[in-house]
Amino acid sequence: MIDIILALFSTVGALSILFASIGILRMPDFYLRLSVTVKASTLGVGLLLICAAIMFPDVSVTTKVIAIIFFLIITAPIGAHMIGRAAYFIGTPLWKGTVIDELAGMYDEETHTLESEPNETAENKGESSDRGNIATTEEETE
Amino acid sequence: MITLEAYFDYFILPILAISVILVFIRLFRGPAVVDRVVALDLIITIGIGIITVYSIRTNQKVFLDVAIILALIAFLGTVAFAYYIEKQKDD
Repeated sequence: MIDIILALFSTVGALSILFASIGILRMPDFYLRLSVTVKASTLGVGLLLICAAIMFPDVSVTTKVIAIIFFLIITAPIGAHMIGRAAYFIGTPLWKGTVIDELAGMYDEETHTLESEPNETAENKGESSDRGNIATTEEETE
Repeated sequence: MITLEAYFDYFILPILAISVILVFIRLFRGPAVVDRVVALDLIITIGIGIITVYSIRTNQKVFLDVAIILALIAFLGTVAFAYYIEKQKDD
């Protein structure tokens, strides 16, 4: 019975890690790659760690597994948010099929704070570059 | 009758190895530095999974300590890269 549960959990975990790596290879854009990676890999590694907790009937292993899963769930979204914000600041282009770039002109270039209204400097050139960071060709984002 | 050991050896670990190879292709191709940072983070996360499966397979629970340290280092690396990439624009 335990063998079946272990096989089931490890299969689902390994397959979601495989989907995460296929996604990071095939997605057309940095932001889509980030979105695929964080969720699927956290789920997959969490399921594999639960397998380890079921395998070893021991309090110390269960504590370690819970600590690792808790830490992954806490830190993965924070890291993804920080790297996505840094990527938007250095001007990483969005995929050319993106419908709208709602952050265009909302960030203050000097202080790195987010405004709810477009600031003046962006409004002056806002008419011409309405598309924000969205790429015009497929090659820019690969 | 397939044993659980054979299942881990011939199905789970090869899938994880193929995943690492696919992420390595993205690490080489880029195109931006942030893509490489995310790929490196994903490689370390898959490494935690491989260490877990290996510790199940060999019955050595000591290896889970390595997984804890790797999880800590991956987060620190990503945060440090994000901080310095954002600062790079200013000067």
